[in-house]
Amino acid sequence: MLLELREITKSFGGVRALKGVSFDLRAGEIHALVGENGAGKSTLIKVVTGAHAPDQGDLWVQGQAVAAMSPTRARELGIAAIYQQPALFPDLTVAENIAIGLEPGGVLRRIRWKERGDRARRLLERIGARIDVQTRVRKLSMPEQQLVEIARALGAEARILIMDEPTASLSDQEVDRLFQVIVDLKAHGVGVVYISHRLEELPRVADRVTALRDGAVVGTRRMDETSRGELIRMMVGRELKAVFPKTAVAAGDVVLETRGLSCARTGVRNVDLVVRAGEIVGLAGLVGAGRTELARVLFGLTPADGGEIRLRDRPVKIPSPGAAVRLGVAYVPEDRRRHGVILEMTTAANITLATLRQISRLGFLDFARERAIAHDYVARLGVKTPSLDAPVGNLSGGNQQKVALARWLVAGPALLILDEPTQGVDVGAKAEIHRLMSELAERGLAVLMISSELPEILGMSDRIVVMRSGAIMGTLERSGATQESILELALGHTAAARTAS
Amino acid sequence: MSTSSAEVRSNGILAALAPHRRELSVLLAYVVLLLVLAVVAPRFFRPDPIRALLVSNASVLVAAVGMTMIILCRQIDISIGSIFSVCGVAAGLLVKMGLPMPVVGLGTIAVGCLLGALNGLLVAGLRLPSIVATLATMVVWRESLRYAREGQFVRDLPPSFQWFGLGQALGQTAVVALAAVVFVVFAWSLRNVAVGRSVLAVGSDPEAARLVGIPPGRVIFGVFTLMGLLAGLAALLNAVRFADVDPGAGGGLELQVIAAVVVGGTAVTGGRGTLLGTLIGVALLGSIGPALVFMDAKPQWEKAVQGLIILAAVATDALERQER
Repeated sequence: MLLELREITKSFGGVRALKGVSFDLRAGEIHALVGENGAGKSTLIKVVTGAHAPDQGDLWVQGQAVAAMSPTRARELGIAAIYQQPALFPDLTVAENIAIGLEPGGVLRRIRWKERGDRARRLLERIGARIDVQTRVRKLSMPEQQLVEIARALGAEARILIMDEPTASLSDQEVDRLFQVIVDLKAHGVGVVYISHRLEELPRVADRVTALRDGAVVGTRRMDETSRGELIRMMVGRELKAVFPKTAVAAGDVVLETRGLSCARTGVRNVDLVVRAGEIVGLAGLVGAGRTELARVLFGLTPADGGEIRLRDRPVKIPSPGAAVRLGVAYVPEDRRRHGVILEMTTAANITLATLRQISRLGFLDFARERAIAHDYVARLGVKTPSLDAPVGNLSGGNQQKVALARWLVAGPALLILDEPTQGVDVGAKAEIHRLMSELAERGLAVLMISSELPEILGMSDRIVVMRSGAIMGTLERSGATQESILELALGHTAAARTAS
Repeated sequence: MSTSSAEVRSNGILAALAPHRRELSVLLAYVVLLLVLAVVAPRFFRPDPIRALLVSNASVLVAAVGMTMIILCRQIDISIGSIFSVCGVAAGLLVKMGLPMPVVGLGTIAVGCLLGALNGLLVAGLRLPSIVATLATMVVWRESLRYAREGQFVRDLPPSFQWFGLGQALGQTAVVALAAVVFVVFAWSLRNVAVGRSVLAVGSDPEAARLVGIPPGRVIFGVFTLMGLLAGLAALLNAVRFADVDPGAGGGLELQVIAAVVVGGTAVTGGRGTLLGTLIGVALLGSIGPALVFMDAKPQWEKAVQGLIILAAVATDALERQER
């Protein structure tokens, strides 16, 4: 047994990310790990690589218990991880990147350039990569960079290789090459933990597969004894906790309509989308499916380069966020703590920030007006703040999110785009935000909600639009949608999905 | 929900002052200095030295007002010394062309505005880091001026130039009053005008500002232009103090002004700071030189003492940040 995790638990500020996970990896085995967004895959990997210390549980490497895992210790034990985004130094050459961490000696040692180049060449040759070792990494393509990372892992004599979505940005041919390398590593006794959302490629490489859900193992199967259907069933079924279901509202006029909307720069392709007044449209998909990118196009952050956008039946261009605001589009971004609110500013100033025009006369701020508006919305949304003059940074996550919402409600938009509106807020605040969204729709707002939580999508949406690789894969009505049917679309169909990437 | 006035009453004056702790500590340092002076060198408080102090720091204050806004926006402008010199010379040349003083004044400010706008274009338009862009313009303007003037003062100015032709007493009052008006207008506007809030938003988090429809590029262009305008006005207020215009008048001004802003509590990371703090910073740093003279210490110590004050100020900021 190369690697064994026993009953690992890990919490982040009261949220249990891993609930007693056991997992093992044999020498010469490829063990796939699948699960929805937030199932705990990344946390598990970080425990193995020493980035996170587990709260409880044991970690065994090659039959020995490891008490305190750290990134350095992990490297000594022959554990290497390769992520979707290669972690190389772009301005150093391939040879230098491979040499980092491999060469013994102090900081004042003399560098033997020839040795360095030779080693890099030897390692790359072993995995069949034809890359000039004197090239700067910046100039390499994504798959080439991944090969460099694998070579580096080999150089460190990694016995345990963790690959997190390595094929996400590769073409078919490149995937074939990568699989050859992986199979070859396996023949040399390396164990690989392989994480992928592309269920269809698992049978080609994996020996076993483990499904995670809500931080717990649902089951481990031999790859040749399971099916895609069974894996999806294992992945879905997260607990339906604290969802305040949306009240049914008769959908009104079309507020937003896009036809063939595209943005080459961010990979949004040919999106046809309709959102009506009084409707909450849920935008589902896996991380990286292009949902946030679509929202950013609609808000003018990365303007569209193809297709058309119609707002309330008028064709419009949205070249900048300012234009979006004037057209009645509001956007509450995902990364609330960083960009949703301005932490140093007071609650009142945050609430009125998008509507400075409304609270000023000839450019002069009307503080009485500002306080009245802020007071009103703080009361209506139940924002818990010590005072209107308290910096928003002092509020809890849920209350910050309410402030971010209040800001847009003051503006009175026609279309509200919410990106992961309840991510990282506590259960009570979550229910309140859901209730608010429901009320807003009732009052005729068109809401486009991005969420990675299927229960939230199912509970709150009138219609569910599923994206993958920047394109819409299908639309589900509230009545007919299940977690399985959403995930089926999000994971893509075997043939169609391959060409889509 | 308690309103803030109730909040203030319940928590007392200390709580109300808490957000201004940084400004208060600089003020305290200044008060201590003044108390020491009152004991050791009471002559410092006679009208003449006070007037000299006010007049010589009027232009520093005006430039510091602009710099405060630049730093609030997470930017820096090290070209203002050069802009200041160029504008001073421009004022001298314009008045020698026989133009009336109001036109000379407006012309000088316009030159500053133009040079500031150029910085703004480089930073906001071409997205150059402001330290590099303004380093370039600093050198370009300074060396161009050196080439054009060869260090020559602009001499033989008409009597309408010095002290605006008002005579020394009235002219000094006018210089100080103009600086005071600029300060009050900007200090009030930063809090009370919608654009002022946009400046604070962009400085705190440019991406968040963009997400509410405030264009950070335009705001940054605006503050650089304003900085140029204020540097032009500062140059005018400085130039009229003398009979001739020194083409090297702005040498080192940028450091003096940045120091005053930082001592006054404006965070170099942007978004936090007040003009009141800047005023205290200018007063504190500006008083060191005269104070040393009156205390019979060697005036050569001025820069060293100023350096220590800057160090103390940024160290306090760093400690406070760690506390949080």
